Amino acid sequence: MKRWLPWLIVSVCAGAVLLSLRTAPETGFHTREFGRLPALLNGRIQPLDSVARNSLLQIRGKQSVFLENTNKSGTFPQGESLSAIQWLMGVMMKPEVANEQKVFRIDNPELLALLKLPDNQKYFSFNQLALNYDEVRRQSMRVETEKQEPQTRTAFEKQAVKLFDSMMLYQRLAVTIRPLDSENLAQELAQVQKDIAALRAGSETQASQPEAVELAQFLSRFRLMADYSTVLIIPPNPGESRDAWKTMGASLTNALREDQMNAGALHYAGMVTAYRANQPAEFNAALEKYHSYLEQRFTPELAKGGNEFFFNSFAPFYKALLIYVLAFVLACASWFNLSQWLRRSALYLVVLAWCIHTFGMVFRMVLEGRPPVTNLYSSAVFIGWGAAILGMALEKIYRDGIGSAIAATAGFLALIIAHNLALGGDTMEMLRAVLDTNFWLATHVTVVTLGYSATFVAGFLAIIYILRGVFTRTLGNEESKRLARMVYGIVCFATLFSFAGTILGGIWADQSWGRFWGWDPKENGALLIVIWNAIILHARWGGMIKERGLMLMAIFGNIVTGWSWFGVNMLGIGLHSYGFTDQAFWWLLAFAVSQLVLIGLGLLPKQYWRSLPVTKAPLVLHPSKTKPTAVSAPA
Amino acid sequence: MHIDRFIGFFTSLRLTVVCLGLGFVLVFAGTLAQVNLGVYQAQSDFFRSFFVYWPLKGTKIPVFPGGYLIGSLLLLNLIAAHIKRFKLSKKKVGLFLIHIGLIVLLLGQLLTDMLSVESGVHLRVGESKNYSEERRRCELAVKDVSDADSDKVAVVGEDALAGRKEVRLPEMPLTVRVRAYYANSDISLTNDLTGSYREAAATRGSGIGLWWKAQPRSASTDVSELQSGLVEIFSQGKSLGTWLVSEALNPQTFTFDNRIYQIALRAKRDYQPFSLELLKFNHAIYKGTDIPKDFSSRVRLRRPDTGEDREVLIYMNNPLRYGGKTFYQASYDPDDRGTVLQVVRNPGWLTPYFSCALMALGMLIQFLSHLVPFLKARLLT
Repeated sequence: MKRWLPWLIVSVCAGAVLLSLRTAPETGFHTREFGRLPALLNGRIQPLDSVARNSLLQIRGKQSVFLENTNKSGTFPQGESLSAIQWLMGVMMKPEVANEQKVFRIDNPELLALLKLPDNQKYFSFNQLALNYDEVRRQSMRVETEKQEPQTRTAFEKQAVKLFDSMMLYQRLAVTIRPLDSENLAQELAQVQKDIAALRAGSETQASQPEAVELAQFLSRFRLMADYSTVLIIPPNPGESRDAWKTMGASLTNALREDQMNAGALHYAGMVTAYRANQPAEFNAALEKYHSYLEQRFTPELAKGGNEFFFNSFAPFYKALLIYVLAFVLACASWFNLSQWLRRSALYLVVLAWCIHTFGMVFRMVLEGRPPVTNLYSSAVFIGWGAAILGMALEKIYRDGIGSAIAATAGFLALIIAHNLALGGDTMEMLRAVLDTNFWLATHVTVVTLGYSATFVAGFLAIIYILRGVFTRTLGNEESKRLARMVYGIVCFATLFSFAGTILGGIWADQSWGRFWGWDPKENGALLIVIWNAIILHARWGGMIKERGLMLMAIFGNIVTGWSWFGVNMLGIGLHSYGFTDQAFWWLLAFAVSQLVLIGLGLLPKQYWRSLPVTKAPLVLHPSKTKPTAVSAPA
Repeated sequence: MHIDRFIGFFTSLRLTVVCLGLGFVLVFAGTLAQVNLGVYQAQSDFFRSFFVYWPLKGTKIPVFPGGYLIGSLLLLNLIAAHIKRFKLSKKKVGLFLIHIGLIVLLLGQLLTDMLSVESGVHLRVGESKNYSEERRRCELAVKDVSDADSDKVAVVGEDALAGRKEVRLPEMPLTVRVRAYYANSDISLTNDLTGSYREAAATRGSGIGLWWKAQPRSASTDVSELQSGLVEIFSQGKSLGTWLVSEALNPQTFTFDNRIYQIALRAKRDYQPFSLELLKFNHAIYKGTDIPKDFSSRVRLRRPDTGEDREVLIYMNNPLRYGGKTFYQASYDPDDRGTVLQVVRNPGWLTPYFSCALMALGMLIQFLSHLVPFLKARLLT
């Protein structure tokens, strides 16, 4: 039975993941189909679903909306939940309903008090906030002009700016498809075409014609849309270049001037009219027609939209994260009763999670047409991925659950960090000119990031050593030597990668800025990792540190890497200072403190350790010379 | 005995670790210092110095070894250790290559530090130049523009200006005596309320009646400085007058002995035997955003002595390397009709590539020589 248990566990998990791919056909409005439609935003083609998710992340901090039903009371909150795209459809097509939905998140009590909002709630509707629109605007404008450095802003000021930005974003989204006062857009556009035809037929000089007056009214409404809207949802006219997408407003304004109505605009008008009239069948038919229109000329864009929609809804990183957690629990449990089935289950789960992780990463790479690391978000995903490989390799070699635990922890933590970084908005943003080189992104960035992974893995191994040594009796002589060998090996690996990555970075800098080394903060950060790893290795070779010293230094390596990865970006200077949220500062500080506490624990005299009698035996440096003894034979 | 201890000290791993540790602290402190000092000042205070000083009431107290000191100690340690322990064995060849590479890298960076010259060239569309300019250095140029087809130019360098020297101009019957020179200054039409300006005392040219004052030199590379000087010109011992020269003033013309001369203080020029003409500057952004997608300058490179004449595209991550100089896309004019190329003349630019190859090879050998036997042993059990 126990032999089959690991396979059973992993099959159940894999089955659950596969089952989640199946979705029931939609009744009513085909919102998922609508979410697949391509649009151009932030310089890239993306599905409306991504527009919805990223906007909602900014406004609400989540990718879906839960509307609490205020009439019912019970132990559990009841209500309806909306997907991001359902919410966006409301905002774009039926704002009178969406304006009542409580989606704006405000945490700051000072801001709540200022806006006279109840402080026992977190989410508020646009209508609730609209009463105080001018006040929010005034506060935000003051902060934006007075305090341009985000670091100097107080929590209240940050929240005020964020709220105003969210409200602006919301209003911009609301005019993506229709003028706010339009009831039946399809009919209006038909009227526009009729007016144009009438003008064309008659003499164009008579400006007092009723058609001309009406057209002027239409034009001013469409212009207002064009001024506010940012999502380019209308595909290029025939004959225009492929990236000449326009906002609905711009397309309609052009239509008046150029006497040619874009087919996409007409299809959207059909959809919005049907949606407002609550006619799902008509809506779905119009959607279907637009889809087949796109298929004629915009197959790649349509495919991109569909693929990214699939990626969004499959959420591979979230699923991998959950499985990593489960694997971690099982691996830790395996140390206490030394059970093989637990250890094997943990390993299989790590492999499963890693496969999903890899799938997600590769899918993203294909979507973007880029190497794995292009920004902080993707660096987190990649660091976790690389660390998981190292962990699995350790598990394959030593078969003691430690490798699995490391892989699971690293994967889990990295994906949590990535998840939080994603709150900043679109994670597939376009790359600035100097970064727009797949060669250097693939070499320098990837290699240096693997160096981060390895340094973290060494640090985590050392943490396991300290925690098991101080708090449990599971760290025997053999066990501790084996851990020391692992840490030593991984530190070598980390030195290799961080050094090679840093040098490659120097060569890139020579190619783009004319100097190999410029003491830029990010360069220095990478150099610190290299120096730190070199110190560990040389101190070890010179006999200046033993097993415990190696462990403590490896833990400090975590702080160094954390600094290099995030810390230098917070200085707000230098060529690499790409965007950053300052919440991360406190997390980084907390991380550094936790690592120092662990180092302090490790410095406790050996008599306070629950494991590990004091040994004088030297650490074996070259594992090749000794025959490693496996604690537990492979099953 | 003493010699042994001396050698022992310089070849010890302990020294390596101590130096690396000091380097670690220095790099960290030098990074933090950039927030207040700016990159340029922090670089010269922390890395391009033998000691890091703590300014205290006018005096400076050395508090920490600087980049040069740590770097040279490491270099010494590295070389000494290799001389003492060097035995080329199969097992050590990887480590050996890594460290040789490191030595080449450190020496190369020292070479770059001492020999590389950075300048820039600003070109408008259609403009052609056969020189680049060093923004932080200047020179006094005296031009004989009497002949229609060619000008004669004589140059007085910044050192001669700062040293207030007297310079005989070659091929011209003129001698320049520098009466005053400020590496950074302010020029004004009148004195200010606090009376901090002095009258420049020019007797000829457009500087007559102008007021000036010295300014402290700025630490940042971003702030431009205004160099100015007061020069008197003689011919055969007879003074022709005193001119105020400054980058803020246009070239000033005077005639002497039926010849027409132009005098101007300008950014130091580094002439090259070829010229670059800007044909087109391109600044692309991603659709619907203001994120820059690409900056590129299409230039025409012409070299009269070899007859070379071709078009070159300089863009991000793709500089032009020609005639010992490298031209990088650095900036552009707001109207997108002009480009700024950064120009670096660095004789040591190849050393990082060379050392990199050495170290990569060394690391590969070292890593494989440990991994392969280890995996073999694993597979056998």
